[in-house]
Amino acid sequence: MSEDTPVLRAEGLVKTHHGEGAPAHAVRGVDLSVARGEFVAITGPSGAGKSTLLHLLGGLQRPDAGSVWLAGRCTDSFGEARWAVERRKAIGIVFQFFNLVSNLSVADNVELPALLAGVPPKKARAEREALLAELGLEGKERSMPGELSGGEQQRVALARALVNHPPLLLADEPAGSLDSKGTREVMRLLSRFHGRGQSIVLVTHDARLASAADRVISFFDGRIADDAALDGAPPPRRGGISSVLELRD
Amino acid sequence: MRLPLLALLARGPAHGYELKQDLEQLLGSAYPQPNVGQIYVTLGRLEKSGLIEGEDVEQSSRPNKKVYHLTEAGREALSVWFEETEDEPRVRDEFFMKLAVASQTGLADRIALINRQRRQYLNTMRNLSKLAAAENRDNRIAQLLIEGAMLHLQADLDWLERCQEELE
Repeated sequence: MSEDTPVLRAEGLVKTHHGEGAPAHAVRGVDLSVARGEFVAITGPSGAGKSTLLHLLGGLQRPDAGSVWLAGRCTDSFGEARWAVERRKAIGIVFQFFNLVSNLSVADNVELPALLAGVPPKKARAEREALLAELGLEGKERSMPGELSGGEQQRVALARALVNHPPLLLADEPAGSLDSKGTREVMRLLSRFHGRGQSIVLVTHDARLASAADRVISFFDGRIADDAALDGAPPPRRGGISSVLELRD
Repeated sequence: MRLPLLALLARGPAHGYELKQDLEQLLGSAYPQPNVGQIYVTLGRLEKSGLIEGEDVEQSSRPNKKVYHLTEAGREALSVWFEETEDEPRVRDEFFMKLAVASQTGLADRIALINRQRRQYLNTMRNLSKLAAAENRDNRIAQLLIEGAMLHLQADLDWLERCQEELE
């Protein structure tokens, strides 16, 4: 792909859930483009459809209308198997509840997607070792996911999502089941990978997490209500940021 | 700044510049620091009101410095301060007023107001994240100060979200 082909593009996405009761219009016409190396956060109240949108972008659900392009390739004709391959190679995904394979060790959880993608076992192991070290999980290789804290499990999930160096990382409420400390940890790691050029689309209701992104999309009622670049420009106030911190006299 | 200075003097006598350094170390670089002049002025006032007492100490190669210690009245004032609870932070009343009256004026759109305000909060949040990253990780007091500011802002953002849900 050429430098300026968006890593992800969506046009006219629509998705309605037909469950019991009235149909739920989760996504009602979304156009979106994510440049290579960009970190985009999608925030909004629960039930606004932001997770559904992320699922459409990762091929976990199919839109009723509209299209998704991955690095310029239209996915309209992709079947289940093809999407599964994309999610191994082109897209890494982390979820709120980690979704690790509970009866595989930490090491196997991380190596599995590499092996499935045809990476030689020796290389898969080297990748796994490097990632776990980077994420501060040395010594946990043989642990089972259930033996780890939530924050640790999410770091394993992050290693698994990134083991094949996908151009795009999708994160669905990655700190949604973590405490404040775990949230900061996830935030720090996402920022670090972004700093190295990783493209990220993050769905979160947590503004602290969202503020790590370059761009924040506010999602309400299935639609994009606002799309704002965060330039970190100091707000128009005397004393700048420090007055937010000032204690009462 | 009066009571924090008294509190620092409760540990033992100190001179003005020491107190400034202690404050800096305690609160971290994120907190807007008083300059040394403000500290001397405050110490002068505290002495006048009998809460501290200063003593000139001779220095061989430099002018005398004044070392302050807490008086009994100062200790009492400090105890009262610790006994009292503090007022809650106020709801952002100016923005709330804009939101309340906007639709009657025909001059502003409420959703546009919310979106603009959110952009500012998000940028501030981003700056606070950067501050937290730049601050010494082991300075727990400084980190908690920044985290407190972030959680307040988070609550403001949640409230904006509620406004948008209700008013859209």
